[in-house]
Amino acid sequence: MADHANARRFIEAIPHSKALDMTLDDFSDGAAVISMPWAAHLVGDPATGVIHGGAVSALMDTACGAAVMSHASGPAGTATLSLRIDYFRPATPQQRITARAECYQVTRSVAFVRAIATDEDDSRPVAMATGSFAVERAKGANT
Amino acid sequence: MSFRPKPEPVQTVKLRRDTALAHLASGIPYVSYLGIRFDRRGDELTAFLPFDERLIGNPMLPALHGGVTAAFLEVSAIIELSWANLWEEMEAGRIDPANLPPVTLPKTIDFTIDYLRSGLPRDAYARAEINRSGRRFASVHVEAWQDNRARPFAQATGHFLMPGTAAPDGAV
Repeated sequence: MADHANARRFIEAIPHSKALDMTLDDFSDGAAVISMPWAAHLVGDPATGVIHGGAVSALMDTACGAAVMSHASGPAGTATLSLRIDYFRPATPQQRITARAECYQVTRSVAFVRAIATDEDDSRPVAMATGSFAVERAKGANT
Repeated sequence: MSFRPKPEPVQTVKLRRDTALAHLASGIPYVSYLGIRFDRRGDELTAFLPFDERLIGNPMLPALHGGVTAAFLEVSAIIELSWANLWEEMEAGRIDPANLPPVTLPKTIDFTIDYLRSGLPRDAYARAEINRSGRRFASVHVEAWQDNRARPFAQATGHFLMPGTAAPDGAV
């Protein structure tokens, strides 16, 4: 069984996730929800106050990594191999952004993940991500 | 026989170009927050990300956060694209360098990142190359490296919607 408390600590100890004030809202069996508040220093377009795509990428990458860590096979660690992000629309300024990631296939060494990011209007997604992640197994793990 | 006009003093040219670059890159809060700076040699830009503890994604290794790498590559691509357009306008004398228009940045449509090796806890550099820049769309490739230019730690390709290309009815 996966050691979820450990994985949660692992995710909450990430300095860059702390810097962006990310919170782990849900975490179970290959799915993770992570959100972050809008902040003035994350703005990419000062004319509109829209958050920079790069900040949304950081959120999605974290959520995807968390989804891998939450998988029932209990990975010891993970690293992004590739990530594709599609931007559908600008996120509404002042609104919290939430990324929901799902790890839909895991092999011994690779996890396949997708994620959707929304602002407070969750009927219209802001961005989508698809990625593959390297899975590290604990030494002597029998998987 | 005709004479070429006397060339502008080099300091005047440099000042004009550096002012234009600062105008482009310094107005974006997230770029300043990450600490990204740009080094210019002629029209060639190199993005520079000085290492900072809060850019770490894996404290055990330690390694740069994959999201930071993604953001660094995306910022490099967007600035390169805007810079190429601004350079052309500026050098052709179509815009007044003393009175630069407000910056409208290209919008990212999609961005695909290839993580080649883990980002080490030190400074990173990136250079972007425009594959194609059309009236509406552009395709940009960008590579990032640390100690060794021949060993990039990440690369990416993205597609962008150029500013001012919305149809009159507002449709994209």
